Amino acid sequence: MKFVVCIKRVPNTETRIKIAADGKSIDPTGVQFIPSPYDEFAVEEAIRQKEKAGDGEVIVVCLGPAEATGEIRKCLAMGADKAIHLKDDSTYRDPASTATILAAAIQGLSPDMIFFGKSAADHANSQVGVQVAALLGLPSISEIVSLEVEAGKATAHREIEGGSEVVQTSLPAVFTAQKGLNEPRLPALKGIMAAKKKPIEEVAFEDAPQGCELVQLELPPARAEGKVVGEGADAVPALVKLLREEAKVI
Amino acid sequence: MGSGVLAFAEQRNGELKKTAFEVTGLAKRLAGELGGEAMVVVIGSGVEGLAGELASRGAQKVIVVDQPELESYSTEGYAAALKIAIEKVDPAAVVLSATAMGKDLGPRVAAELKASLASDVTDVQVDGGTLTVKRPVYSGKAIATLKFTSALPMISVRPTVFTAPEPSSGEAPVEKLTVADLSIRAVVKEVQQSKGDQVELTEASVVVSGGRGLKGPEHWGMIEELADVLGAALGASRAVVDAGWRPHSEQVGQTGKIVSPKLYFAIGISGMIQHLAGMSTSETIVAINKDADAPIHKVATYSIIGDAFEIVPRLIEELKKG
Ligand SMILES: Cc1cc2nc3c(=O)[nH]c(=O)nc-3n(C[C@H](O)[C@H](O)[C@H](O)COP(=O)(O)OP(=O)(O)OC[C@H]3O[C@@H](n4cnc5c(N)ncnc54)[C@H](O)[C@@H]3O)c2cc1C
Ligand SMILES: Nc1ncnc2c1ncn2[C@@H]1O[C@H](COP(=O)(O)O)[C@@H](O)[C@H]1O
Repeated sequence: MKFVVCIKRVPNTETRIKIAADGKSIDPTGVQFIPSPYDEFAVEEAIRQKEKAGDGEVIVVCLGPAEATGEIRKCLAMGADKAIHLKDDSTYRDPASTATILAAAIQGLSPDMIFFGKSAADHANSQVGVQVAALLGLPSISEIVSLEVEAGKATAHREIEGGSEVVQTSLPAVFTAQKGLNEPRLPALKGIMAAKKKPIEEVAFEDAPQGCELVQLELPPARAEGKVVGEGADAVPALVKLLREEAKVI
Repeated sequence: MGSGVLAFAEQRNGELKKTAFEVTGLAKRLAGELGGEAMVVVIGSGVEGLAGELASRGAQKVIVVDQPELESYSTEGYAAALKIAIEKVDPAAVVLSATAMGKDLGPRVAAELKASLASDVTDVQVDGGTLTVKRPVYSGKAIATLKFTSALPMISVRPTVFTAPEPSSGEAPVEKLTVADLSIRAVVKEVQQSKGDQVELTEASVVVSGGRGLKGPEHWGMIEELADVLGAALGASRAVVDAGWRPHSEQVGQTGKIVSPKLYFAIGISGMIQHLAGMSTSETIVAINKDADAPIHKVATYSIIGDAFEIVPRLIEELKKG
């Protein structure tokens, strides 16, 4: 079995965001980068599925800047076998363009299962995995919290409002990982050492058009100054009055 | 270049979701600004009867794709249905909701039609015939403004952000379409309902969330009662979900649900950035926390400093007085 996992390099989610001078990107000074958190669930699942299958290969695919080798190595240290790095220095690339490039890179690999995070922690589009499936003409199950493979069929649970759906698909197929799918392993020292020797292949790609232009990135409008209504239970009547008469929400 | 705006109206079990009316309202507004009609497509089996309800919320034309294979949602089935609807009416823009269904359906259709989709949008403007949208990025720590350059802009909107029009009298012509040669590989085998009549978190206009300050799952009785009095959905911080006090489906935040209700209660929640990512676009935020320095107070509209175990019961009592 062949498994592909797409991972994106994103700012650590705890990082303070400063807008760069161009007004369209973030200032990377002092920002720590990580593989997007949902992508770690995806990597873990690919490794587990390979372990269950008994043999196979897990290939990490990353479209991102030269510095992304750090994030790629982390996935290799978790247990992925090799990686494809599509070097890209653009500060913003829309989901359609990203998906087109990734789909083209994955096509020739003919994987049985392709894993994505459900959404990347930077622009949180929640689109790329499903778009790649469409472009490759494959079925997909998004935002999965469980996955079983048996006799060439995969069955997954996905959360929906007020419940979950049990979805079954033939393979090859695309899956996007939701929290709860698994508990990503921390790379062991042995894995980290081994990762240094695992191949990262740099592959050139053809640029793909974008359907959206990022015109501005700004900090969210500050919320109106709040008020402390009071201390303890005695403040409750005043709060209820404010909710009724000022905010008019109850 | 098409004309009019097409909204995808989500239904489950033959019932339209509230978000279906939100996108209908948005389609109406955008069609007014871009020109053309507000059109709404509903997909399913035995759903033709829903057309009237959509017309009463402002749809000027209803497209129904109704066939047994579309009884339950499937990515491929619904994508094929939405695609033929788009191809048939050739709209200038398509709108959906960023629900579990919309987030799965939108990208598939966008990729197949080489359209451009902006997801989880919180603001839409028409500027010289071009659509410009705003969407929260970096866990709500920044807002991106995007301008469409694609011939077919698609937008999925964050639930509850756009107002659903009130029902009024209205009629709309109905057009029925069917998909020939439906091939569905990823099939929904079963839909498991988690709980009976609870208000759905992402669609609720009031959310009551509890955090680690509540000390243990046995103290959720008062939280549930407060939610009950307010007709609210229950939410939780990650700390209490990780501790196993509450199910993950209730988690609000960066790795949970994103909610945007009219009124959000944060009770015994410190307000770490990852929690704020899930609720900071709420209209009114009430914080109940014994620590006056807790970060939640910085985003709260109203704060009460003190012990939740004294404040919440009193709040329930006051609200019941009506
Ligand atoms: C990658 C990542 C993703 C994350 N995703 C999420 C997410 O999606 N959602 C989320 O919520 N968190 C998330 N977190 C965790 C987040 O950082 C916080 O740890 C978490 O939100 C804290 O939960 P809490 O506010 O309930 O607990 P605490 O931070 O422990 O706060 C408890 C609060 O209760 C107050 N309190 C104590 N006793 C009382 C009382 N008797 N009455 C009133 N108040 C009282 C305290 O003053 C305190 O402010 C994430 C973290 C990481 C690293
Ligand atoms: N530049 C990229 N390189 C590799 N994978 C990506 C890239 N962008 C997005 N992905 C994958 O697609 C998922 C969803 O991304 P998004 O649609 O941007 O939220 C991510 O979690 C990754 O698995």
